[in-house]
Amino acid sequence: MNRVLSALLLSLAVGPAIAEMRGTGDLALVIERASGTVQVVETSGNTSLARVAGLGDLSHASAVFSRDGRYAYVFGRDGGLSKVDLLQQRLVGRVMQAGNSIGGAISQDGRLVAVSNYEPGGVRVFDADTLELVADIPAEYAPGKLSKVVGLVDAPGQRFVFSLWEPGEIWIADFSDRARPQVRRFTDIGRNPYDALLTPDGRHYIAGLFGEDGLALLDLWDLDAGVRRILPGYGRGEERLPVYKMPHLEGWAVANGHAFFPAIGRHEVLVVDTTRWVEVGRIAVHGQPVFVMARPDGRHLWVNFALPDNDTVQVIDTLSLAVIRTLKPGKAILHMEFEPRGEEVWLSVRDEDRLAVYDTITFTPRTTLPAHTPSGIFMSARAHRSGL
Amino acid sequence: MRCSIASLMLSLALAGPAAAGEPAPAREAELRNLLIQDCGSCHGLQMRGGLGPALLPANLDERPDAMLVATILHGRHGTAMPAWRALLSEEDARWMVRALRQGVGQ
Repeated sequence: MNRVLSALLLSLAVGPAIAEMRGTGDLALVIERASGTVQVVETSGNTSLARVAGLGDLSHASAVFSRDGRYAYVFGRDGGLSKVDLLQQRLVGRVMQAGNSIGGAISQDGRLVAVSNYEPGGVRVFDADTLELVADIPAEYAPGKLSKVVGLVDAPGQRFVFSLWEPGEIWIADFSDRARPQVRRFTDIGRNPYDALLTPDGRHYIAGLFGEDGLALLDLWDLDAGVRRILPGYGRGEERLPVYKMPHLEGWAVANGHAFFPAIGRHEVLVVDTTRWVEVGRIAVHGQPVFVMARPDGRHLWVNFALPDNDTVQVIDTLSLAVIRTLKPGKAILHMEFEPRGEEVWLSVRDEDRLAVYDTITFTPRTTLPAHTPSGIFMSARAHRSGL
Repeated sequence: MRCSIASLMLSLALAGPAAAGEPAPAREAELRNLLIQDCGSCHGLQMRGGLGPALLPANLDERPDAMLVATILHGRHGTAMPAWRALLSEEDARWMVRALRQGVGQ
């Protein structure tokens, strides 16, 4: 009897339950925009683990992660907020919270998930466990007028920061007291902010402007200083090229005290001094940049481009400010995401229905994985970074 | 084989007026992809709107073809809608308007 029991215990110990235990630190979520599905992939062996369906219209979808890295919150275009369990690889929650959405953020303490909406214009905040509505913040900038909301990020101090496209404003919603969020409004920040980013230290919120050449900078350590315009008139009054795709501000690179931004309607990456916040250079590139993404160590930038140059990726050395590689990874490169320590980067090759994984030292492809019209790639390491 | 391609080409050529102004099938596939995936980045893959307005058939009912074609080719000043004439011909734009009226992406 004893022997049978111990044999049984042994078999349980080495059984499937043990085999399936794993962490999530090397997992990522890939948006398959046209089929309303996401893939869960792992970056240690570069394989696909599962496909999760039923997430709705995922054009322009993005994701954030719970602080334990287990759950992904996916923000769909159709207003759907979906919660995906990366370990069980299934949908565990979903609410239709608006008619049309653009992105979201998770609070510093991981308890609140905020979604920025185009329709109805504003931000809605949900409980991260239950997806119950906690707060509704209509972006009412004039009586009865709601603005589309863009550039929503989380910031230290249980705050969400976001920009209003129509009136050109930046709002901060402080959820230190969850039952009574406080909103502070900054007006006249510039015409048509289209996206924004938070610096890795959580100090500076920077919104890119579509309606004029320049960016709007808010120092979250010194709110009374207000919003400052940086790089005003970087287009020098020249007519810009047609912008076939809005750039994204998300990757953030600092090296030698420089930050790098995509120029709107120009074949340039702008270089900014991060102590004085003035332009110190610009780098001529192959097309209109969409993402300017820093390898995690900041030594290289990988840049992708809008139509008709979206088959190309360029690599910039942040020491020399020179383009050191021009790659042709495939048709319609939509997104690039570095592995947490930067040795590989994952690319979405939308029009070839695949993901390409590149070695960031040799700049050569290592793996290709099938995916349905992939767009955003989100690594779980984002769970531990403010503003992502 | 060569004979059948030649006769196919001949029949296409003879189809004449019906085929005039229609993009070739390969171009149509490109245009459909561009319309859904790239226009869809702002207007939604299902054309329900986003940064740009919804482009469902009902939204376009009262807009004449010429106005929609002009919007595609020349953009709308003061908005994020760019002029696509560097990438699209008038024929391409007409095809896109027809596709939108038929509910592409639905």
